[in-house]
Amino acid sequence: MTTRPVTSNSDGPLLEVRDLVKHFPVRGGVLNRVVGKVHAVNGVSLYVNHGETLGVVGESGCGKSTLGKVIIRLLEPTAGEVRFEGRVITGLSHAEMMAFRRKMQIIFQDPYSSLNPRMTVRALLREGVLFHDIVPRSEVNSYIESLIQTVGLRADAADKYPHEFSGGQRQRIGIARALSVKPHFIVADEPVSALDVSIQAQVLNLMMDLKERLGLTMLFISHDLKVIEHFCDRVLVMYLGHAVEKLSCDNLHAEAKHPYTKALLGANPIDDPDDRRPLTVLKGDVPSPFNPPSGCPFQTRCPLVMDRCRVEMPPLEDRGGGHRVACWAVEGEPSASS
Amino acid sequence: MTNSTPPILSVRNLTTSFRTERGWITAVDDVSFDLAPGETLGIVGESGCGKTVTSKSVMRLLPEHLSRIDARSRIFFRETNLAHAPEKVMRTIRGKRIAMIFQEPMTSLNPVFRIGWQIEEALRYHTELNSHERRDRIVEMLRLVEIPNPEKRIDEYPHQLSGGMRQRVMIAMALCCEPDVLIADEPTTALDVTIQAQILALMNQLKEKLGTAIILITHNLGVVAQVCDRVMVMYAGRAVESASVAEIFHHPRHPYTSALLASIPKAGGKHKGQRLHAIPGIVPSLFELPKGCRFQDRCDYKQQRCVDEEPDLIPHDIEDHPVRCHFPLPAKPTVNGRPIRPHPVP
Repeated sequence: MTTRPVTSNSDGPLLEVRDLVKHFPVRGGVLNRVVGKVHAVNGVSLYVNHGETLGVVGESGCGKSTLGKVIIRLLEPTAGEVRFEGRVITGLSHAEMMAFRRKMQIIFQDPYSSLNPRMTVRALLREGVLFHDIVPRSEVNSYIESLIQTVGLRADAADKYPHEFSGGQRQRIGIARALSVKPHFIVADEPVSALDVSIQAQVLNLMMDLKERLGLTMLFISHDLKVIEHFCDRVLVMYLGHAVEKLSCDNLHAEAKHPYTKALLGANPIDDPDDRRPLTVLKGDVPSPFNPPSGCPFQTRCPLVMDRCRVEMPPLEDRGGGHRVACWAVEGEPSASS
Repeated sequence: MTNSTPPILSVRNLTTSFRTERGWITAVDDVSFDLAPGETLGIVGESGCGKTVTSKSVMRLLPEHLSRIDARSRIFFRETNLAHAPEKVMRTIRGKRIAMIFQEPMTSLNPVFRIGWQIEEALRYHTELNSHERRDRIVEMLRLVEIPNPEKRIDEYPHQLSGGMRQRVMIAMALCCEPDVLIADEPTTALDVTIQAQILALMNQLKEKLGTAIILITHNLGVVAQVCDRVMVMYAGRAVESASVAEIFHHPRHPYTSALLASIPKAGGKHKGQRLHAIPGIVPSLFELPKGCRFQDRCDYKQQRCVDEEPDLIPHDIEDHPVRCHFPLPAKPTVNGRPIRPHPVP
């Protein structure tokens, strides 16, 4: 078991993803042959530095959850590579992967289906701790109790079952489970979407505290740009399996260039009754990832669509300061940051 | 409450209980509100606060053997009291005078019937139109809710439509008999933001075109701010505050409303990286409601009186803004636009 300190490779990014592709085969017909594929993730590259939080935003079906799962190898990529602490982890054997499994954890969206209803909280948290030898056996119980308190539950929660908790409390258990093996990197897949507003704030505050205290690095997946803007350092905007824009969260509204990012920002109803405005309305629906359009994936709904967009995919071009945009229409404009 | 026009829907002391294994519980407790013609009323609250039960009580869609509406409850639609009206009367009102859109467009359409057939059902029952006229009317409705190719779509099945389209079909279905009241129960919750924006724009448009009064049930405060005229906030089965949308957002008087508004991340990143104002604790179980105020355990301003007696929903010092709180926040901002605490925080 390698338990090197986090600083082992602090010069490079903690996580680096290059041209990641994930296609799911679709079977059909009498012979159940592969008749096509769903293009879930289409050549996404990203990096996450130590202690940084990268947000991934997009609508349902854009491939953001698949991306998170491929990164920690809950799914095998079709192509591309994932580097963690400088080592390529795609293609590692099951045994070799074990050391990395401890360092990379995931918090799932649905606190109702991601906890085994037949296991007590103690049993849920104990599995990973024992498997990875996180603390000596004699200390496991006290370690688990301290974990439970860390996520803001009472110590007597340890011997209860998941159904005895509310959604917010269950999500805290999910967070405790992810933290139990002392990971360096966490994929949070829509951790607050299933929760009520007042509970969302509790869980986001908890995650913010833990991030600071434990120096965690995170990939935060959400469909809510407001949450991402509040929580993350940088954001990657996905549409139909493609990364269409990457930018800093500091000044999202002023800096966003891609028409899809702008539409996402404009579609969020503003909570001020004095500021009523027609929401940015995009025509139509997201195309099916089974049969994506040619050229730019956003061309079917884009207000700025040009002939070139229909035939050629725009590259994700650097516009200075780490801001990257994949769009022909904004190509000529000067970047706001430069 | 508008004094000039009589309300089209007037609910008084609505109390709805359910039979459970642990006895009867009251999911909606003594809720009253008025809906003026053409008005949009937002009912806001978190899961379990009773907002859906309120709407289903009005529609009388709750199972009779498991639920009961208290004998004191009155639900006046114009002059008819729906609270205990026989099913025969309800059938002339439901779908025709009061229609409803449900939260889940995926599950509220029947997967084995064409959408045209499903919309037609209401027309068959409530109108004298013949089958050709009905078909024309449905195509017209589908066009109104901006479904492309309505002549073709009318013969499609729900699985052939996207989530946003299905919600449009639900809206077309609800509006085809030109109801006076539309109850929309979380109509955009299951949808993506860009599709939510489409549906909200559509609802605003239809409201202007048809003048339908709408009860919009939601937990999304942004949606409320953009669409509603008046707002009723519910907590644990009680209405805790009710006012115009501007009052609710700018001068919330119930500590719960104010905390709820403070707990959403603000757009524009003004408070980026700061802690959100979370409301501590969780909603009390309806089985173990406290004796006093139902919000007491989570309230920053709790006093002994809040533990001892439950406050009434009364307008404290301004008309049209009743609050269920012994110590409501002040009505108007005082110094530098910030409310002054009515009493020290313990």
